[in-house]
Amino acid sequence: MNDMLRLVEPVIPALRRYARALVRNRATADDLVQDCLERAVRHWHERREGDPRPWLFTILHNLAVNQFRRSARRGQHIAIDEANEDDFGQDAVQEQKLIYQDVLDKLARLPDDQRAVLLLVAVEDLSYADAARVLDIPIGTVMSRLSRAREKLQQEIEGSADGAPKNVVQLRSIK
Amino acid sequence: MTNRPITEDDLHAYVDGVLEPEREAEVAAYLEGHPDMARRVAAFSDQRDLLRQALAPIADEPLPSRLNLSGMIEKRQRRPSPVWWAVAAMLMLSIGGLGGWVMRGSLQTSSGGLAALAQEAAYSYSVYAPDRVRPVEMRASDSAQLVQWVSNRLKQPVKLPDLTASGYRLMGGRLIATSHGPAAMFMYDDDRGDRLVVLTRPMISDQSAPMAPHSGGDVSGFAWADGGMGYSLVGQAAAEALKPIANEVRRQARTI
Repeated sequence: MNDMLRLVEPVIPALRRYARALVRNRATADDLVQDCLERAVRHWHERREGDPRPWLFTILHNLAVNQFRRSARRGQHIAIDEANEDDFGQDAVQEQKLIYQDVLDKLARLPDDQRAVLLLVAVEDLSYADAARVLDIPIGTVMSRLSRAREKLQQEIEGSADGAPKNVVQLRSIK
Repeated sequence: MTNRPITEDDLHAYVDGVLEPEREAEVAAYLEGHPDMARRVAAFSDQRDLLRQALAPIADEPLPSRLNLSGMIEKRQRRPSPVWWAVAAMLMLSIGGLGGWVMRGSLQTSSGGLAALAQEAAYSYSVYAPDRVRPVEMRASDSAQLVQWVSNRLKQPVKLPDLTASGYRLMGGRLIATSHGPAAMFMYDDDRGDRLVVLTRPMISDQSAPMAPHSGGDVSGFAWADGGMGYSLVGQAAAEALKPIANEVRRQARTI
């Protein structure tokens, strides 16, 4: 028995990662994943045969989109998780963390639809066809959004290439 | 070498490592001759690596307890109370145990009858139920055609059991070859994805036989025969969970 447990449980870490990258807040992201899993349990018999990953990402993505719409309507502010400020590891580790934080900040500035494509394809390893299914768009649109996302992110990265750490410090001092 | 021009899509697929080996070699050759494009592709690759590294720690975090999937599944199952189970277990021990022992003889001796049918159903379950791609040949959406098809082949009116009241949904079915002729197999699943198989065919011996439990490997089931048609229901659930479903199948089949 428990096909569902066997097939879905290994995907949960990736679902959390995708949700967190989209909404950038641990509690909100885990709310979405919890909602996604509960729906998956309820609707397990409606899935297509085969790999359930695209199906799970579709549920999660739609929940995230609804969440975006709700918070946009309410003008609600979702707090962005800070990097672990209390973690004073070695300088090298700390610096690495700043670089990661920096690229995630830049990722967050991409339009939602471009960010979603980039995450599904480049981080979650969905095929272009599966990403198209998750986002309910033609595969050509996946490719053009992927291209725009990569170009834009690259401009951001290169734009701050000489002052990346400075940029991070500046961003942090605003909060 | 193909003569297809390199496209933007090829470059992204190259970055994502999803090109066929031959095409990948062509893109690599192209990039060697176009250093500007190669720099851009390399930058995209670095960007991809950086994103993956930056997000990897999230997937490594221990899962918070509210994302415990088995807990959610159990909650969904809404198990009957322990008292109910105790009563059921006592009933099974007193009735099922004795009945099972008595039936055992009849199942073992009648090789062409109920025992053979039970075996065919168990084989069908083990072959088709784990199939993720095409467990059934005709899906539930074509159930009318499915019933017509198997009724024609079995030369008997076959009724499709409706198990929604028991929590099982029809997935579809197919025709099965047995050494006693064609049989119809119907497959069902529940909200957890657990599958059941109902096998039915005309009986040569044991034209009418009371319901008897059977088990083998990790599947168990119940077989019976009514008015010349044999039935077997097989699943991985416990026998006490399958018994009422088998009763339901029998009840519905009798109303043809």
